[in-house]
Amino acid sequence: MDAELERRAEGGAPDWARHEEADEFARTVRLFRAGRYDADSFRRFRLQNGAYGTRMTGDYAMVRIKLPAGEVRPEQLERIARLSEQYSIGSAHFSTRENVQLHWVVLEDVSEVMRGLAGVGLTSREACGNTVRNVMCSPLSGVCPEEAFDSTPYALATARFFLRNPMSQNLPRKFKFNFTCCEEHGMARIVDVGLVPRIEDGVRGFRVYLGGGLGNKSYVGHLLEEFTPEEDLLHTSIAVMRIFDRLGDRKNMARNRMRYLVHDMGWEKFQALVLKERAVVKATQSVVTSLQVDARPAEVRRPVSVTSGADPEPAGYQRWLSTCTVRQRQPGYRAVFVSLEAGDITSGQLRSLAGLVRDHSGEGHARAGFLQDVVLRHVHEDDLPRLYAGLVSAGLARPGALTMASPVGCSGTTSCNLALTNSHRLAKEIQKKFLEMGLDGHDDLRGSTIKISGCPNSCGQHGIATIGFYGGGARVGKDMYANYQMSLGGRSDGGAALGATCARVPAKRVMPVILRIIEIFREHKSEGDTLGGWLHRLAAGAGAPGMESVSDVKRAIEPLLAPPSKEEDPDFYLDYGSDTGYHTKTGRGECAA
Amino acid sequence: MSGVTAAADGIEQAVRDNSIRLVDVRHAEQYEGGHIPGAASLPLGGLLEAETPEQIARLAGEAGVGDGTRAVIYDDAFGALASRVAWALEYIGHRDVLLLEETYSGWAAAGRSTGTGGPRGASERHSVSVQPGLLATADYLESVMHRDGTVVLDNRERLNYLEHHIPGAVSLPYVTLGGEGRILRPPGELGRLLDNRGVPADAEIITYCGSVGTLSGLAYYALKSAGRSNARLYAKSFKEWRGLSKPVETQADANYWDLSAG
Repeated sequence: MDAELERRAEGGAPDWARHEEADEFARTVRLFRAGRYDADSFRRFRLQNGAYGTRMTGDYAMVRIKLPAGEVRPEQLERIARLSEQYSIGSAHFSTRENVQLHWVVLEDVSEVMRGLAGVGLTSREACGNTVRNVMCSPLSGVCPEEAFDSTPYALATARFFLRNPMSQNLPRKFKFNFTCCEEHGMARIVDVGLVPRIEDGVRGFRVYLGGGLGNKSYVGHLLEEFTPEEDLLHTSIAVMRIFDRLGDRKNMARNRMRYLVHDMGWEKFQALVLKERAVVKATQSVVTSLQVDARPAEVRRPVSVTSGADPEPAGYQRWLSTCTVRQRQPGYRAVFVSLEAGDITSGQLRSLAGLVRDHSGEGHARAGFLQDVVLRHVHEDDLPRLYAGLVSAGLARPGALTMASPVGCSGTTSCNLALTNSHRLAKEIQKKFLEMGLDGHDDLRGSTIKISGCPNSCGQHGIATIGFYGGGARVGKDMYANYQMSLGGRSDGGAALGATCARVPAKRVMPVILRIIEIFREHKSEGDTLGGWLHRLAAGAGAPGMESVSDVKRAIEPLLAPPSKEEDPDFYLDYGSDTGYHTKTGRGECAA
Repeated sequence: MSGVTAAADGIEQAVRDNSIRLVDVRHAEQYEGGHIPGAASLPLGGLLEAETPEQIARLAGEAGVGDGTRAVIYDDAFGALASRVAWALEYIGHRDVLLLEETYSGWAAAGRSTGTGGPRGASERHSVSVQPGLLATADYLESVMHRDGTVVLDNRERLNYLEHHIPGAVSLPYVTLGGEGRILRPPGELGRLLDNRGVPADAEIITYCGSVGTLSGLAYYALKSAGRSNARLYAKSFKEWRGLSKPVETQADANYWDLSAG
């Protein structure tokens, strides 16, 4: 048993940090600034430690803090709040992969952020670079009514095994694990290794999906075998990584994710290699190489409830309850989804959130979600009105967390070198408008999603959205405008599929186009249809006569797409959040450094 | 005691002994509503209206701060207002001034005594011996800002800095300076921060902030506590700089404001 597991056995919370890494980082930055460390080596070192580059400048970094399995404790939220004020912009950003990002951190201050994180057991180590990135877990694992068992301990053990493990330090490219609760809540088929818990003949195990991923070119993962028992989990993971390490493309950065290897080799061949390699791993790995799964049941205690004076039905409560909470498999408890503005949260809100987690979550910590959101679980139903009131006073009670009124938007031109458009602001504008219109309350839009990336590289996960967008530029004569490629009908559940490309939509026409699509849907839908289900059928060309495929949708929205002249509508030529003429401008990407 | 701050422990005794003059720089109404017993009131607002060193000296004297008095200053704004007053006293030649290590709220929250009793003793006379080396004017700053060995520190929040700042300035937001219930972090931590930033120990450092030199006043004392004593305050700060249409730099081609929440 390693020291960390001993500590946890004594009741301690996971500690992902190594204090000495902050000093090492500070020292290396000084050497780099003094010209004694070459730029490429420094960049690799920086990324290995979770400091990503920033748009158009070498003076700042983005520090990506990993939340393995999404878990984050109140004192960690408070520390992130403080660090954001000291070293960032007074806000933090929840990503789609259960990381928290601090942007616009002075490179020389990154070590101070690392030091502050280490004080509360957090790390940014291997959050970027060609490593095993944050190991995700469904925010509903442990409470999902459909799950076979709670996969959280397996996600944590996997994260623990690969963090700082020599075999994860120099892969051909980044490598991602997603654990989930059940097929429906998904995200297992859009990642290098996706795992869905399953019990067969009383034995715990997983359905393992390999070779999925979203990016410049996206693929849906393949099922390795019907059932992978628990005891084979680590051997399978190691086998897959060894094959990727050996055969992955280390030269062509644009095609070195494992999904390209799977695609180029063909699934059957890859599958056979993995199974063969797993037999080798099993035969040759030391018996001490094992996942240290903490199998103790999670401790759940209802915090002391002070119900006096609580209004049982504060204004807006029902709308929030129906669009932001789900029933847990534990009777009487709900999981509460806190929708942020495209993932952004102020330092003050982080502190409020920490207090609300302490006061209302029976497990004493929060989980990051899949949608740039935060989830409080094990909230007793009687405590929901008070939690709601607390969220209202913190400015965190936006309705619609689980609806298409909460779009995902990557950071776009707010900080990213690769971005072509301000996808981040667009997501916020859509949220504002759609909540004003009350679209979160429409039953036929339930479960549908809007996801926006600022470039084709898919950090906004547009490929799996009901309505997805990625940014680019277009021009009329010499005048450029922000323009999005729109895809329709994607999904990330067990039937995961990428959306079908529909049309190019100018940034300033995105909202009218979405609203028009909703109108068209309502003109053509059948009884019980949802927008997501309907568009998914159209993406497969299986709509009803009159509206059979996305090309029919394209024809119907075409009148909205034509660019006006600059004289007619100067605003058309400005991207969201900008008052100067639009032009595309990018720096060097670092995903593949 | 870190050289620039006075520990809260012992303050009450020192007031009773008359070995220090405690100065409260909050609004007069706040002072009247309760303060540390024995403190004199010298609101920052009044001091900022003083136009000449002689007027500042008169206000100091009225608050019982004479030439040889050890003044200990406090506020309720993380030390920034206290710093600005302390700096003004130093600027007119006062030599013995310290900042209370915690704010009035921190003092009260720790259960220490508060009350409405005024200071003992009469007003004093304070002479004037202006120390021009503590002040950076806009012209002075402009003349040295590109010089090797001069560092200009911007103590506003990061987003304001990104939007525009004095060319070549280094961003060190005021919130990096304090913490853990103290207006200033331990000198070792502040020193490490400055070392990481490559600010040489012997550099001439000019601090500025948004308008009247409060946030940058705190930075001035943070620098002193970390042994960077060759510091000047650009007291009129970025507001004047902009008003004079001096050159500014901006972080171009990034919509950083859209990344902030709230």
